[in-house]
Amino acid sequence: MIRALAILLLCQLVGTVLQEALGLPVPGPVIGFVLLAAIFLYTKGPGAELHDTAQGLLKHMGLLFVPAGVGVVGTLGVLKQNALALVIAIPVSTVLGLLVTGVIMQWFMRRQDQADA
Amino acid sequence: MHNLRPLFHIWVYLQTQPLLWLTVTLCVWEFSRALDRKARHHALSNPTVMSIFIIAALLLLTRTSYRAYFSGGEYIQFLLGPATVALAVPMYANWPVIKRNFLAIIVSLTAGSMVAAGSAMLIMHALHAPRMITISLGPKSVTTPIAMGIAQNLGGDPSLTAVLVMITAIFGILVYPFVFSFGRVTDWRARGLAAGVAMHGLGTARMLILDETGGAFAGLAIGLNGVVTSIFLPVMITIFGI
Repeated sequence: MIRALAILLLCQLVGTVLQEALGLPVPGPVIGFVLLAAIFLYTKGPGAELHDTAQGLLKHMGLLFVPAGVGVVGTLGVLKQNALALVIAIPVSTVLGLLVTGVIMQWFMRRQDQADA
Repeated sequence: MHNLRPLFHIWVYLQTQPLLWLTVTLCVWEFSRALDRKARHHALSNPTVMSIFIIAALLLLTRTSYRAYFSGGEYIQFLLGPATVALAVPMYANWPVIKRNFLAIIVSLTAGSMVAAGSAMLIMHALHAPRMITISLGPKSVTTPIAMGIAQNLGGDPSLTAVLVMITAIFGILVYPFVFSFGRVTDWRARGLAAGVAMHGLGTARMLILDETGGAFAGLAIGLNGVVTSIFLPVMITIFGI
């Protein structure tokens, strides 16, 4: 597990250094993700240890958002002042984003599956 | 009252340590997961949302500041970095499918991402919300660390963005089953991609539980959406005159 964590952190570290050095708009962990994916293509996939640790971490990914979510407590004032605008903007834009992405992708997939059949 | 004093001292001491709130967060998470299993992963049951509400209530009840809580919470938040990198594992497992559909992914994702960010900012602007809040809301669908960076660059408030990112994801988690059935989105590749675009890691966490391909597409969408939003958001702000 520790070796797997070391690999994950190493990718994140290299990504963060690249981001800072090149002034990229994409954060370090995302660059690390691309880096590790590229390594997998070269090594034909992760070893058992890295595979299990990654799956273990991803199984509990929902936990990792809890501390940021609890931060809502500290911003209640600003949220209240803009409640009306936010109560309209967030639901409408979220539903639109889900719908547009999902429907277009579904269309592409159906067309492709038909082409395959 | 005399023998309660030591207890009070222990309480004060624990406030300065990460131990208490780190333990509370993990226990509440396990409790919420058990509830979610009892509810059979029902659409309206989400362990992250439940945990946030329970812990926020505990903080208010015990008059604990978010700062004191975060001294423990930051250890959990730190793992978001390695977890993002770990998304390469399901992505690799689904690499042949992703490679084949790359054009479809880029087109759907860019359209969905721009509609989500653009409509949010236009509504805020039309309702005369302060510019700082409007800008902070722009990157709300992007994963927290990227969203905070974008907000900072454009003159928003990164900590407010972090909260708006969470609120967006929570709302998305509650409505996505209805949106998918309304739009007849049945393909897991399309569902995963949409969940990743609209509600980043929280959507991905959900997809990973429900379907591996859906999870891989959601994970891919997080990274791509971060890139697309960081490029297009400044352009949209200029065009809309916000």
